[in-house]
Amino acid sequence: MKENPQMIRLTYREAVREAIREALRKDDRVFLMGEDVGRYGGCFAVSKGLLQEFGPERIRDTPLSESAFVGAGIGAAMGGMRPIVEIMTVNFSLLAADQILNNAATILHMSGGQFNIPLVIRMATGGGRQVAAQHSHSLEGWYAHIPGIKVLTPATLEDARGMLWTALEDPDPVLIFENSNLYNMEGQLPADAGPVDIHRARVRRPGSDVTIITYSASLFKALDAAEILAREGIDAEVIDLRTLRPLDQETFLASVTKTHRAVIVDEGWRSGSISAEIAARIMEGAFYELDAPVERICSAEVPMPYAKHLEQAALPQTETIVATIKRMMHS
Amino acid sequence: MSPETIIKPTNTETIPSQRIVPISREHALHLLYQMIRIRRFEAKSAELYGAMKIRGFLHLYDGEEAVAVGVMEALRPEDAVVATYREHGHALARGIPAGAIMAEMYGKQEGCSRGRGGSMHLFDAKTRFYGGNAIVGGGLPLAVGLALADKMQGKRRVTCCFFGDGAVAEGEFHESMNLAALWQLPVLFICENNLYAMGTALQLSQSITDLAKKAAGYAVAAEAVDGMDVLAVEVAAKKAVEIVRAGEGPYFLECRTYRFRGHSAFDTELYRTKAEVEEWKKRDPIKTFIEYLKNQGLVSEMDLNELERKVADEIKEAVDFAEAGTWEPVEDLTRFVYSERREV
Ligand SMILES: Cc1ncc(C[n+]2csc(CCOP(=O)(O)OP(=O)(O)O)c2C)c(N)n1
Repeated sequence: MKENPQMIRLTYREAVREAIREALRKDDRVFLMGEDVGRYGGCFAVSKGLLQEFGPERIRDTPLSESAFVGAGIGAAMGGMRPIVEIMTVNFSLLAADQILNNAATILHMSGGQFNIPLVIRMATGGGRQVAAQHSHSLEGWYAHIPGIKVLTPATLEDARGMLWTALEDPDPVLIFENSNLYNMEGQLPADAGPVDIHRARVRRPGSDVTIITYSASLFKALDAAEILAREGIDAEVIDLRTLRPLDQETFLASVTKTHRAVIVDEGWRSGSISAEIAARIMEGAFYELDAPVERICSAEVPMPYAKHLEQAALPQTETIVATIKRMMHS
Repeated sequence: MSPETIIKPTNTETIPSQRIVPISREHALHLLYQMIRIRRFEAKSAELYGAMKIRGFLHLYDGEEAVAVGVMEALRPEDAVVATYREHGHALARGIPAGAIMAEMYGKQEGCSRGRGGSMHLFDAKTRFYGGNAIVGGGLPLAVGLALADKMQGKRRVTCCFFGDGAVAEGEFHESMNLAALWQLPVLFICENNLYAMGTALQLSQSITDLAKKAAGYAVAAEAVDGMDVLAVEVAAKKAVEIVRAGEGPYFLECRTYRFRGHSAFDTELYRTKAEVEEWKKRDPIKTFIEYLKNQGLVSEMDLNELERKVADEIKEAVDFAEAGTWEPVEDLTRFVYSERREV
């Protein structure tokens, strides 16, 4: 750590943009492609200005052809380039799911280790903006099911800024999920902030009574819940998974071994979710450390409704985390 | 953005429409009324969006009204409609009550999708309106299937599917064209070519910008029409529907149109110039139709005033209906994930 690094104020959106800009400057092989990344300025304004700076060769607007341009990204990666492919939202990634699962994730293995796919795919995820079922789902846990790809979920400015370059240096395909509710989040970051590791979960708040395991936008609900609980004398430790595949189980198992209670907060649906995987690993790795059953707070098992009160009821909320933990502590 | 990076749409040439169609005063007023109610309904929606009564995404149809209105005239009640997320106009022209649409945008349970769909997902079984699809191209295979069901059941019905020029780049389009032609299905494909898919101009997304040619490549009968001219659209749609209903296979109609507003409320419109928009506004389908009707002596200022009053009343009623609507109880959150009845 440098002494007194100069701090700058920026949004999550700007942190992602800076990461892309840095990658484009550092390596000629890097280019960004996706729907409306150029002339429109990016549907979440992430890539605004990059077309003017880098030109249409490297900031490449694509037609609405998710399967084709994701597949082309895979091919370009095999052909020596370092593409960053942007898919507007995770819902639309399903049109490219075949390319991601059947090509990106499998070619290294099927070729007996001959062909790498050094590709990064970024996409927005998450509900809470009343854009209904076809624009709101959190499917990152689903992608975490697939061996052969890595799944990153940056929650903080530091990770939004730092995960991209590490992902680009990775020889394998990496998916980065940016929760769309985070783009406007503002904060401070050192002016020289750079790459971060993508292998370890982080303890974002140390505590001794219960472990809250979460990732992405739910991190902030978990931290809020921890503050509320602290006022009632319950000391929660909050873990940000950061990477859903491969999962850093050491960090959460160590925490549960210390606190003896675990709650998982996940915006995905409970059935077959990443929270199910984590719960199972706690059962396998720390069963005898538990003072209470592992609890999960997930989205209701319903396609996301438009109406605000129903949508809010469907999503994990701070109050639910608080209530669940209080119940756990007092039983 | 510097001007040289703005890509000019190449496909802006107008298709000269020869308004030789004899039209009755009554029918003229009806078409005008339909277009005006869409325009005014959406202006009100934009206002309510600003007031945060409507949330989520709001995609408006200003400039494209002639397409929904002209096409809908060609359909019968038993036909089916599949629409996109820019579907308020289709829903209104199809006959879903304005109140049910407005209540949907409010998220009230009196809405046509019980408040679970919102602006992008209007559904209505009564009028065979199969949505409001927000996955670009997602409705095309559905339309093919609806038509397949009709054909297999010997029903002489038409399925009409709306989609944008952007959707033509999706695999769904190509796969659907092929299937529809291969199985000679009764689908009317209506491509609303407004020259942009969000901020991506047509020639940046299509290797061949003549979209009718693409459909023709799959042996689907195809034609392009001036989408700013409601009469031209109506005539073309009626001809197309006749062919489809006769069992002669699918038909692709490209309606060349333009959206006057941004893609959605979040669009800063970096990709096109104000001058371009102004140029197209000269061809406003409502304004030009009124001029035409006035020249023909078919409508008067008084008619127009009366139309506007009627529309204003209808919209006020719709808003009142939405305001008075109720919120679905939270206990019902997980309803409609699976059916409540065991058989359909
Ligand atoms: C599969 C998919 N990809 C991307 C999007 C995001 N998106 C919504 S509308 C749109 C543009 C569609 O353009 P077009 O089909 O021409 O219809 P228009 O909006 O012009 O009516 C895009 C890219 C989406 N909804 N679905």
